[in-house]
Amino acid sequence: MGAVVTVSGLNIVAATRFGDMAIVKDLNFRIEPGEVLALIGESGSGKTTTALALMGYARDGCRISGGSIRIGEVDVLGLAPAQQRALRGRTVAYIAQSAAASFNPSRSIMDQVVEPTQIHALMPRAEAEAKAVALFRELALPDPENIGARYPHQVSGGQLQRLMAAMALITDPELVILDEPTTALDVTTQIEVLRAFRRVVRERRATAVYVSHDLAVVAQMADHILVLRDGVMRELGSTEQIIEAPRNDYTQSLLAAAQPKMRDAGQVSGGAGVAPLLEVKGLSAGYGQKTILENIDLKLYRGQAIGVIGESGSGKTTLARAVAGLIAPAKGSIVFDGRQLGTTLQARSKEDLRRIQIVFQMADTALNPSQTIERILARPLQFYKGLSGAPLKARIAQLLDLVQLPATLAQRFPGGLSGGQKQRVNLARALAAEPDLILCDEVTSALDTVVGAAVLDLMAQLRRELGVSYLFISHDLHTVRSVCDEIVVMQHGRKLAQVARADFERGPHHPYYEQLARSVPELRRGWLDDVPAAVAA
Amino acid sequence: MTDTTIALPVKRRRPRGAFNALGLFSLAVLLFWLLAAVIGPTLIANTGSSMGEAPVFAPVSAVHWFGTDFLGRDMFARVVQGARYTVGVALSATLLASGSGTLLALLAAASGRWLDAVLSRAIDTLTSVPGKMFALIMVAAFGSSMPTLILTAAIIYLPGAYRIARSLAVNIDAMDYVTVARTRGEGRLYIMLREILPNIVGPMLADLGLRFVYVVLLLASLSFLGLGVQPPAADWGSLVRENIGALPTGGAAIIMPALSIASLTIAVNLLIDNLPGRSVRGAN
Repeated sequence: MGAVVTVSGLNIVAATRFGDMAIVKDLNFRIEPGEVLALIGESGSGKTTTALALMGYARDGCRISGGSIRIGEVDVLGLAPAQQRALRGRTVAYIAQSAAASFNPSRSIMDQVVEPTQIHALMPRAEAEAKAVALFRELALPDPENIGARYPHQVSGGQLQRLMAAMALITDPELVILDEPTTALDVTTQIEVLRAFRRVVRERRATAVYVSHDLAVVAQMADHILVLRDGVMRELGSTEQIIEAPRNDYTQSLLAAAQPKMRDAGQVSGGAGVAPLLEVKGLSAGYGQKTILENIDLKLYRGQAIGVIGESGSGKTTLARAVAGLIAPAKGSIVFDGRQLGTTLQARSKEDLRRIQIVFQMADTALNPSQTIERILARPLQFYKGLSGAPLKARIAQLLDLVQLPATLAQRFPGGLSGGQKQRVNLARALAAEPDLILCDEVTSALDTVVGAAVLDLMAQLRRELGVSYLFISHDLHTVRSVCDEIVVMQHGRKLAQVARADFERGPHHPYYEQLARSVPELRRGWLDDVPAAVAA
Repeated sequence: MTDTTIALPVKRRRPRGAFNALGLFSLAVLLFWLLAAVIGPTLIANTGSSMGEAPVFAPVSAVHWFGTDFLGRDMFARVVQGARYTVGVALSATLLASGSGTLLALLAAASGRWLDAVLSRAIDTLTSVPGKMFALIMVAAFGSSMPTLILTAAIIYLPGAYRIARSLAVNIDAMDYVTVARTRGEGRLYIMLREILPNIVGPMLADLGLRFVYVVLLLASLSFLGLGVQPPAADWGSLVRENIGALPTGGAAIIMPALSIASLTIAVNLLIDNLPGRSVRGAN
């Protein structure tokens, strides 16, 4: 049974060398017992910081500088450190974004799920295990009797996320904090996890805080939504009010970014007489003995954007890597602009390599942290074009302008850039080579909705202006639909269907495409109840 | 989306290439000892081998800045004479071990597959030879000279540096920016030196500081076995050992060379920690 949570005048500061900097400013809200409050906002808005503060916890370098937090009768900030430790995991439970990183890989799942009861000495171990099994059943986990004996790597990501919920709920906490618990999951997996979460939260009448950047997901889970930006509350209201009649400008822009939006197609030189830019014929590839891709055929015309969609392990990234020359195909061929491409990087000419560029998902690991943005962008220009001196500087400035970044960024290191800025630099580096084809591997999935939408806008604009083609790899149908002319659906390494833009909304489609389409959360209440059970299965 | 990114004001750093106070201090200590190694022996007329003029284990005085040793020789002269061996041999052996270990590791990581396997197993073989045994063979074969000692110590400490550098380099090699460089068509040398090396240089420098201390100790123990620097010349480690008799009385003869070793190793490590452009916690 949940408790009333009251937060008043909450201020959190980060210590910098120039003194304290406010990261959460004067926050006030109240959650009634059994209600779910969503904290929503972009990266750096202070939503996770606020959620952690509910446990009396502030991250390294941060400090709760004022205000009060009451959970039921307990004044969280007034407690001594030892009492706060007793509170955590007992009265307040936390479910983190990455369950995979939150489980200890060397201990069995049951050991870890019952651990909070043992730490707080709540019940004998046998009783705790029985309770854990009941929770596994409630969370719709397969084989609830025996799943506890397995180790974290032996269950799927979606199952692990639910097991983590079991770990959090086993002490019957009065407040549950869910911090982006489904962000790392596939859309199809997300549905089952969301369902399980909502059922346990409702049945136990737990008070919950749901942190997310995804309004559509939040609309399914929350009773009230609190919109945060730069640590300041922008709007607080019931879920219906926020998604139907938002009052604040920022909330409106969040909603706009979440709406499906078709981006202009640009010039596609397709048709009967035109040879495709890229043609993949009967391609099979894999690692060692393991085959990942089987018999893939694909045609991409100059100026076209083709989306490749599928869940984790469907082979879509392997396809991009084979086209890039990073994996030698076992069978089949890749024809680019009328010529067969070499299977390895060594077998391709510098010119072949220049014409196909790749942009990765994780902007963090795609930029060398020890090089300035200027040096990162300069290299392909020097390498392919032999530019130097003033023309090089001019071209770098031009590239930064093209991806809508200020020229002052050139002297910074990647560490000083935001996620969206880094992804723009990644794009600029690819564009520096003046390629015909850019392979985009999940370019927006590590970004917030608003930032991601801006990057997609930019990509559509670049396609119109430069006539570049995209092979757009994603697990998010919503994203792919908004920028691509055609969608290739993949599952288990095979191409299931290819859908043209005109037919995105029109059926009949392959059942798997239908399933993916229905799994994309919609921005309305009750969507989760309407999704057919078959999708969740 | 864990909201760890917090919009902090742009950090105003010290201009690149400038040392902080601690860095300058350690640099000064290091330069002092380097100078002592290079021109010290020519400046000090007293060769430190004349005996009988002063008492044995004399305390610090205006005449004998560092006291005298077990034969009544001037310790300051002995320490300056020894600097050539300790600073010269130990520092160059460490630089050689870490430098070649890192380069081989970069080659292994950037090449992958069989070259990595061959290099790694070959270097593993080296570790199976006990260090002192190897030194014995080297000295027996080529005689004890500074080049032999440098090479011997470098070979003994190369595998450790290689292993650390390789494991760091392999992790960096898996990063997307290295993949991007590969798909751009970059050569192996560019990937090794431009993409990977700058990102492993921090931990490798920390390792170098630690390794240096071990080389000093190795040299001292080699001298003890009569394999290292030959008497009457002595490196600092040998000075500590030959004056061990002063330990019960707390004589300067044992404290001064020990302090010299300490000042040099601390200076090397402090300098590495305070190199310009590197924050102490290693994060940027």
